[in-house]
Amino acid sequence: MNRCGVPRTLLSPVVALGLLFLPSLAAAQDLASFEKRITVKALDNGLTFVVCERPEAPVFSFFTYAAVGSAQEVSGITGIAHMFEHMAFKGTDVIGTNNYAEEARALERVEQMYTAYQAERQRQPKPDPARVAEAEKAWKDAIEAAGKYVVSNEFGDIVQRAGGVGLNAFTSADNTGYFYSLPSNRLELWAYLESERFLRPVFREFYKERDVVKEERRLGESEPIGRLIEQFGATAFTAHPYHHPTIGWMSDLDSFSATDARKFYDTYYAPSNMTVTVVGDVKASEVLQLAEKYFGRLPRKPAPAPLRTVEPPQNAEKEVRLHEEAQPLYAEGYHKPSAFDPDEAVYAAISDILSNGRVSRLYRSLVRDKKIAAFAGGFPGYPGTKYPNLFIFFAVPTPGHSGEEVRDAIRAEIVRLKTEDVTDEELRMVKTRAKANLIRGLGDNEGLAFGLGSAQGLHGDWRELFREVDRIDKVTKADVRRIANATFTDSNRTVGMIITKG
Amino acid sequence: MNRTRHLGNVIFSLVGALCVALPSGLILAQAKNWKDITFPPLKPFSIPQPARHVLSNGIVIFLMEDHELPLINLTALVRTGERHMPAEKAGMGDIFGEVWRTGGTTTRTGDQLDDFLETRAAKVETSMGGSSASVNMNCLKGDFPDVFKIFSELLREPAFAEAKIDIAKNNVKTQIARRNDSPGEIVYRESTKLGYGAQSPYAIVPEYATVASVTRRDLVDWQKKYVHPNRILIGVVGDFDSKEMLATLTKAFGSWPKGPDFTDPEPFYQKKPKPGVYFIEKNDVTKASVHMVHLGTMRSNPDYYAIDVFNEILSGGFASRLFSNVRSKKGLAYSVGGGIGTGYDYPGLLRVEVDTKNSTVAAGLDALYEEIDGLLGKKPATEEELKRAKDSILNSFIFRFDSKEKVLNEQLIYAYYGYPADFLQRYRAGIEKVTLDDVARVAKKYIHPDQFAVLVVGKPSEFDRPLSSFGQVTKLDITIPQPEGLKTMR
Repeated sequence: MNRCGVPRTLLSPVVALGLLFLPSLAAAQDLASFEKRITVKALDNGLTFVVCERPEAPVFSFFTYAAVGSAQEVSGITGIAHMFEHMAFKGTDVIGTNNYAEEARALERVEQMYTAYQAERQRQPKPDPARVAEAEKAWKDAIEAAGKYVVSNEFGDIVQRAGGVGLNAFTSADNTGYFYSLPSNRLELWAYLESERFLRPVFREFYKERDVVKEERRLGESEPIGRLIEQFGATAFTAHPYHHPTIGWMSDLDSFSATDARKFYDTYYAPSNMTVTVVGDVKASEVLQLAEKYFGRLPRKPAPAPLRTVEPPQNAEKEVRLHEEAQPLYAEGYHKPSAFDPDEAVYAAISDILSNGRVSRLYRSLVRDKKIAAFAGGFPGYPGTKYPNLFIFFAVPTPGHSGEEVRDAIRAEIVRLKTEDVTDEELRMVKTRAKANLIRGLGDNEGLAFGLGSAQGLHGDWRELFREVDRIDKVTKADVRRIANATFTDSNRTVGMIITKG
Repeated sequence: MNRTRHLGNVIFSLVGALCVALPSGLILAQAKNWKDITFPPLKPFSIPQPARHVLSNGIVIFLMEDHELPLINLTALVRTGERHMPAEKAGMGDIFGEVWRTGGTTTRTGDQLDDFLETRAAKVETSMGGSSASVNMNCLKGDFPDVFKIFSELLREPAFAEAKIDIAKNNVKTQIARRNDSPGEIVYRESTKLGYGAQSPYAIVPEYATVASVTRRDLVDWQKKYVHPNRILIGVVGDFDSKEMLATLTKAFGSWPKGPDFTDPEPFYQKKPKPGVYFIEKNDVTKASVHMVHLGTMRSNPDYYAIDVFNEILSGGFASRLFSNVRSKKGLAYSVGGGIGTGYDYPGLLRVEVDTKNSTVAAGLDALYEEIDGLLGKKPATEEELKRAKDSILNSFIFRFDSKEKVLNEQLIYAYYGYPADFLQRYRAGIEKVTLDDVARVAKKYIHPDQFAVLVVGKPSEFDRPLSSFGQVTKLDITIPQPEGLKTMR
């Protein structure tokens, strides 16, 4: 602390108190103590359960991790992983219907009419407008007919009436996550609902919900940053499906069918592809009992085939410029390996040194000293981490300053990383922060379920959540220079910028 | 644990080994329908309350021990707020909130604080909100003495260094320059202005000129005027011993002399917006955004509980009217919602909003009116909806106090705004008593469609119907007034 020029005496009034405290890293948050509170069990069908007992209050949270994201999509069905996520809220043959037998027939008819409508819409060389309109009407009539059997949003309603909070889900390039929290006396209701949604999902209101998803896409594409990121990703990735946006291209959202979504679900929602994590005031024995009883019903399915396409090495610098009626934004990305690479912790350390807080290099250079940016940072893992991905720099120029100016300042910091060692203090801060942030993340059920479940789902071991900190602890100055030199090269770079229309 | 065994549903599970682990040893039936699953009552859970102390100079202290993790979190709330700042210096709150921390103290520069804290992965941050200001610190408990020293210096001896004022001003100027880039930001900002009045401190936004007029002296004077012990509440939660913590706080702040007692005048806001349809043209969007507003009410209002139940029915969950009808059944929107706003010590805004593609903006507006008119009498709330709303609020009630941090924060807020310490219990009792008549009554009392200011942001060439079909349209000019020397910027 003397490094900061702080006279020791300034601290004296409370030093006595300090002696009463234990050393900062106590035992309650280390890996060994979690080993005792965590139970992992794979069911016979391949589904993995992680249970962490945390009896602080009579509530629990869960996180269902499905190892499927938009990277599993191909042309024509982009956005369908996310579309299934929405369908997982639509109920089952018991929930969300007033007459499933009739509804099933009506839904079958919707699909038939949709197939016919699609055929007319896509007729070559030219669709006949009258026939398209007729087919469209038949399809829409079928949708209305099926709608009569719908009990609107009953699945979510059951959860919320039972006291559920935070009911939501997300889809990323790598995975799909489902989560909420309940009072702990509702554990069996939860086991029933969460297993049923994957055991017997009914794709009701599919085309209405597809409209909802199209609206979701419009929210993003109406923001300049949304337009930039979409163009940036599509430019940086040539072959790998990280190329396309998770929300999907509009023409695919306008075309894919409930049958397509069903096929996707059949392929990727194999129990062996899913991890369910429960954290809170629960007993592991009881959770596992319910897991066998309810989740054990999910039929075993073959493991989905691994993704074949590997992004080829980039051998040319790329740049995408959006001329917009908006203020400038700047991004540049560099290809890097997946999260399974031994150097993943080095990228995390580089990101921290460049971007974390007011001591970070990009803040001090671009925001504090040059005053050309309101924000500047660099982060690994765009758009995912399961496959080779991008380390992406991003900056928001202050008024009167351009993307080119922030670009030059970012590049100067990259050169520094490549040619000079980072300081001992910087590296120490990274390591201290990693430990402290881990501890800060252990104090709530939702965060723990997400952290443990993501580590188990991605790496096959929840302990990776803790080991990541150990790996960051081992990062050296030489590692930082080596990785900076290997990664931040001209031909490995994609630049994306918004330029204000003149 | 549930022991439901409806005979028709019994499917014996094959997990013998695990069954033995159960206290009862019973093999459990698997429910086929969610309705067959019953719950035991939730186990009793007492609400741990923080200990309250008042120092002789008026500082109110709440202490809440939580020994799960070796962390300590400390928050000081200061009785002040942007709403008392002059309109001609709009933006001063943001600058104050940032430079309070970045500007350092009389003994250490902001940069020294940054280095000192980051070495310990500790945080001390300051902020100026609309109706309160705060200093917050969070650290590993072993670092508490060091970090607390900074916390206390920032509270008592901030320096507001000139160099950091420029950086803070850059941030505000960046917000100004970019404020018309995002349609979501435009519609929220401009509808808030319509609701409270553009010059109300609850709606005002900074301009280049107002930011330029803020000086270091303004910040220093503001700190001198407001940051006194008799205007401060402190909440501490984490891994500490209460006796020692109280001694530490008393030692650090006990001799700090009281400041003058005064009450700020009530900030201005208009009681009713000028009703009508307002429009902002934006052509680089594929969706239109609609917000309808007028004044709401406060939580101290005895109608608050009925209003909360009403809001739940209108927009509270998956089965609420707006979500089910506008989103799921009509497929018009991803984002739709609304409710009667309730502030702690000033009225919130009634706000009903939807984002939908430009070519269904009129259909979206129709759908919002249909749901509002419905709850106002054409299709009133049903017993089933009332039960659903109350079940949802009451069954999830535990999540209002399932962590010590939440309980502490509730108490801080109640004390700050002068609400009774048992407000949460009163809330629960209040919700339980709400009837369908109450819901209908508050709907009529607090929602007046004829007084709505309706704002639409979108691309008019694609609209399904002209907005004039909803009333007289007033176009709003949101051009950003440019400062001298930046004429070339848009």
